[in-house]
Amino acid sequence: MIEVADLTKAYGPVTAVDHVSFSVNEGEILGFLGPNGAGKTTTMRILTGFMPATSGTARIAGFDVTTDSLAVRRHIGYLPETPPLYPDMTVESYLDFVLRIKNVPGDKRRARISEAIEKTNLGDKGTELIKRLSRGYKQRVGLAQALVHDPLVIILDEPTVGLDPKQIIEVRHLIKGLAGTHTIILSTHILPEVSMTCDRVVIINKGKIVAVDTPQNLTTQLKGVQKIRVEAQAPEKPFQELLAQIPGTSSVEVSLARASGHVTATLEVASGKDVRSLVAARIIEKGWDLYELRGVSLSLEDIFLQLTTDDAAHSQASN
Amino acid sequence: MMRSLYAVYRKEMGHYFASPVAYVVVAMFLILSAIFFNLYLVEIVEASLGMASDFDGPSQLLRAFLGNLFSILMLFLMPMVTMGLFAEERKRGTMELLMTSPIREVDIVIGKFLASLTLFAVMLLPTAASVVFVYLHSDPTAPLRVVFSAYLGIFLFGGSLIALGSFLSSLTENQIVAGVLTFGLFLVLWAIDFGTRSTETVMGQTLHYLSVINHYEDFTRGIIDTSGVVYYISFIVFFVFLTVRSIDSLRWRRA
Repeated sequence: MIEVADLTKAYGPVTAVDHVSFSVNEGEILGFLGPNGAGKTTTMRILTGFMPATSGTARIAGFDVTTDSLAVRRHIGYLPETPPLYPDMTVESYLDFVLRIKNVPGDKRRARISEAIEKTNLGDKGTELIKRLSRGYKQRVGLAQALVHDPLVIILDEPTVGLDPKQIIEVRHLIKGLAGTHTIILSTHILPEVSMTCDRVVIINKGKIVAVDTPQNLTTQLKGVQKIRVEAQAPEKPFQELLAQIPGTSSVEVSLARASGHVTATLEVASGKDVRSLVAARIIEKGWDLYELRGVSLSLEDIFLQLTTDDAAHSQASN
Repeated sequence: MMRSLYAVYRKEMGHYFASPVAYVVVAMFLILSAIFFNLYLVEIVEASLGMASDFDGPSQLLRAFLGNLFSILMLFLMPMVTMGLFAEERKRGTMELLMTSPIREVDIVIGKFLASLTLFAVMLLPTAASVVFVYLHSDPTAPLRVVFSAYLGIFLFGGSLIALGSFLSSLTENQIVAGVLTFGLFLVLWAIDFGTRSTETVMGQTLHYLSVINHYEDFTRGIIDTSGVVYYISFIVFFVFLTVRSIDSLRWRRA
């Protein structure tokens, strides 16, 4: 449905998007993940025909975004970072205007408007002026605008920004509900959002793609190691030596918490065997007091940090 | 694509009349034109008392009213009507919606231009009452030809101002900047031949032709000069074209 090949966008000397290639299948939800300024918005703006690429191609539903821009724009719905709203219109008249400029014939508009209002939970706000709505409702009107004309492809730039936790869950449900009949690209810098809603993730940093995979695969990539955190009342040196002797341990980092006088350690252990009970037994044997012992699960967060930080080792060490 | 053009036109009209802009501008225009109409009327009636019987009071009155007064009021009021056309869309981010919808730039620009022109027509309409008053109560009767050509002239003149204003509005995100530029640039085009004493030289003739106000004066004398019509139509087409190019170039500029 969407094919991007070697897409590059340069603003003068700055390359915002650097030879990016990926594709999205019909009915799939693709998450675009990256820190602020990674090139997510620029890529989306190129896909929507808002701005041209410096080089490379992008096709949506078979149409090229530069040479067939109007055809592409007929098939997409787009929610930019700031919802494009007219404050002195009512929600319904705004959606009606959007349908008109999307070339939806008059006899279908009424039904489409009520459908979009229902999907985005705007309920009784239809006749309200947009400027009187709260931030969360405005964001939903923005979403309604992107899907009201029932486009093949929906592109959402940070769709959950400015919403409260309850609304975020609602929006995620809504997006999941749209999959299958619509192909969706959404961008975010919130990691859990991706694992919860997306079928596949593109991780982008400084304009370059650093990983493309399913959220599950990305998390299992780092499953080779396991992390354990230990906190105890013990002398620093012998504590470290003891932990280093646990079978399978590849590294131990020990630090002293000044306030409590406790030492804490993070061990990296080869996975497959749970050594926590062994660690506990050894510490008790020595007569030290054990305060905490838990496995630290590697999240998308770790992968993300590893992939997007130049000095990955350093950042791990400082954790 | 008439449908999308109409959609933009409709939205723009809604915007004018949902916000105070249209009401304030129209009301201000009507109040000022009514006050000045009375002043001109009194002045011309007094002047005509001592004049020979062939003094054409009604024509003088119409020329002062439709000519001098309207053109000056337009210069002050129209920039307020056009300054928001594109600047506001850019500031609010709604330009991104328009530019990612299946609608051509030229439809956006013409839709907005026609909306401003309609507001302008709404503004002019009530002033016909004063003209009808002159027509009914004067001797000799004011020539209808002058009335029609003057209204055609003011319409073309206003259209030119709107075209220039919408172009300048497309250049910036700041409405005030757009408004001030429109006022300033139009005044320059108005007074462009002020320094030239004679229209004998090529330079003098060129500047005289370029001035936006000179052609309009012919219209208020009841003369529909082709060169005047051509001048205003090309002025409008030129700036509408520039606006389309300017909107298109937004895609290439750094956002």
